[in-house]
Amino acid sequence: MKLKTILMAGALSVAGSVAAAECAFENTTELRSLTAGFEAWKAVTDAMAECGNFEANLDQEFREKQPEAFAAEPSLYHIGGVSNSTMIPLLNAGTIRPLNDLVEKHGQHLKPNQLITVDGDIMAVAMMVNNQHLMYRTDIFEELDLEAPTTYDEYLEAAAVIEEADVVQYPLGGTFKSGWNLGEEFVNMFLAHGGTFVDDNNMPTINNEKGLASLEQLKATTEYLDPEYLASDSTYVQQQFQQGQIAMANLWASRAGAMNDPEESQVVGKVTMASAPMGPEAPVSSIWWDGIVIAANITDEEAEAAFRVAMEGMDTEMVQANPEAAVWLVDGYEPGEIAAGAAATAANGARPYPASSAMGIMHSVLGNGIAAYLNGDKDAETTLADIEAAYMTSAKEAGLID
Amino acid sequence: MKPKVFAAFVGPSIFMMLLFIAFPLLSVFWNSFNVTQPIYETVEVESCTAGFLEQTCTTEMETRPVLNEDGEIMRQTEFVGLQTYRNVLEMDRFWEAVSSGSWTGLQNIDFWAALRFTVMFTLITLPLVVGFGIGIAMVINNASQFIRGPVIFISLLPFIITPVIGALSINWLFRGDGILTALLEWWLEQDLALFAQAWTIELLMMVYRVWHVAPFAAIIFYAGLQTVNQDSLESAVIDGASRWQRLRLIIIPHLAPLIIFVAMIHLMDAYRVFEEVVGFRAEGHVISLQWLTYDFLKPDQAGNRSISRASASAMLTMIGIAILLVPLLKRTWRDHKGTH
Repeated sequence: MKLKTILMAGALSVAGSVAAAECAFENTTELRSLTAGFEAWKAVTDAMAECGNFEANLDQEFREKQPEAFAAEPSLYHIGGVSNSTMIPLLNAGTIRPLNDLVEKHGQHLKPNQLITVDGDIMAVAMMVNNQHLMYRTDIFEELDLEAPTTYDEYLEAAAVIEEADVVQYPLGGTFKSGWNLGEEFVNMFLAHGGTFVDDNNMPTINNEKGLASLEQLKATTEYLDPEYLASDSTYVQQQFQQGQIAMANLWASRAGAMNDPEESQVVGKVTMASAPMGPEAPVSSIWWDGIVIAANITDEEAEAAFRVAMEGMDTEMVQANPEAAVWLVDGYEPGEIAAGAAATAANGARPYPASSAMGIMHSVLGNGIAAYLNGDKDAETTLADIEAAYMTSAKEAGLID
Repeated sequence: MKPKVFAAFVGPSIFMMLLFIAFPLLSVFWNSFNVTQPIYETVEVESCTAGFLEQTCTTEMETRPVLNEDGEIMRQTEFVGLQTYRNVLEMDRFWEAVSSGSWTGLQNIDFWAALRFTVMFTLITLPLVVGFGIGIAMVINNASQFIRGPVIFISLLPFIITPVIGALSINWLFRGDGILTALLEWWLEQDLALFAQAWTIELLMMVYRVWHVAPFAAIIFYAGLQTVNQDSLESAVIDGASRWQRLRLIIIPHLAPLIIFVAMIHLMDAYRVFEEVVGFRAEGHVISLQWLTYDFLKPDQAGNRSISRASASAMLTMIGIAILLVPLLKRTWRDHKGTH
């Protein structure tokens, strides 16, 4: 998979210099982009490359490089791929430009939903949404005469039945890898309980009933996971699904397409997408978007060319060629069965991921701190108190609180 | 040699050492006593974000950095003394755990948990590396001339592999139903999950490290074995010394300086154990000091990173290595004085 990504990136940069296929205009400005490397970005940068003079860098470590690269004079990249949280450092540093004029000139076709605005300025254009939602093996559910779970308690009950029946290796899969993934699991669960992570003064607000309930739900989930869950990330869960080792998971929408990839998957057509199970107040999920930003430290001409190329990459043609690569926001996308789960999760009121500087720290300390509770080294109260203490130390060092 | 010529010869390397060793070290030292942070302001911001079908707009208080006229984030640097070290060491929690005699309490503090593993890892692998190193060297030395080349090549292979790649391979061999776990399960007739608890992970890490470093020790010892005085060995045989006595009384004393050299290199390397934690994805169960430093330094998604704590942690690692090296250095110093 990694190798494939690298090869694709290489192929793209070559393609960029040679081909100028189906692009509405011929780009004459040298342009470079830095984005993440998953399927959707491959599709989009591929389409951008058709305009010529474009070099795509697909890099899963993009978020560590982007802030420095965009702060350079001139910026090392013209187009950046961000999500709601990775946009924060660029926004804070003022290294991405408002797109109001460019949207007016070249982006009339964009839907209002795609325009990410901060204080009235359009700072990014979103192309897709992503959230974690329920995926389950229809064949196993039919065999055991189970209903698709709608609440998290039902989700765990179904897992218990599947465990009892012993039809798969593990009833559930979960992205519980210590660090960012585990943090995200808590974030989803805490949002589902109606919690907020920090108050207006950036003080932590997780050590409460909602936090405790969220931890307990996570621990209850681990009963049904592969015991090596603290190392299982999205790709691992996706592979568990593809190899028929698990029956259910609350997994990223961007991984849904892979279930029906005949080259990798042994469960083609057997996995159904549904809404993330409901917590007490909202689905156990959070909504993310991915989109493009344009660097501030480049000339206006370059910015205009970059924006036009980016629009070519995010057009209807690209979406129709890659309908399964993501849950697109772009005009012309018809949500199929693969997108049903993401749509239902949003319709059930999943909350957007509350990205901010303080949330970045909170997410890190959650990701590092929860494993001790799941391992049984700490009780829930101590875990939450320690996480809040770790947050205070980090936030003080970062200057967010006094 | 004239002083001028001497200076011309030594100058470039002193300059390089200052640039690449002294200066970074000083900057880490300085960073560990100072905290640099952006100046923040809190403003009310209306932001709109993408939902699935419609936009969600919210107005909330947001903390964001103040930019100066050049559009750069305004930062201030403040001298904080030992505060950063206190944050890393968490001494109040440390004393609390010590005074209540709670080992789990102690192991719940990141730094002390990392220190416990790092020191244990270093001290357990050290004798194993030296022991296996001597063993492999003896095997090579006793192999017939004909197959010695291939034997050296094969025994060196583990050392040639890039550490991260090696750790990843072990991870894949044992993770989930990896080949070797499947083999063990078949042999022991029970379900195993080697990465589900700390002690099995620690064991695998140590096995991996010994497997990886022993060839290096072996090749050094093999070189040392070439210079063992054959006359003493022969006279020992005539005196009726057993194999073991020859090893203990002639070969080991002869290799002693090399053993100290290998031990020093290994102490410095093993104390910086890092690849194993990353390669085995062990951070949920076990962390090391070097991993802790890395974790402080790694920016989160919102771009925050704890440079001061990373610096303090790096300084503490250096101090730790220095303490571990003291006994060996003392011995070398004594031997050195003895020869004069």
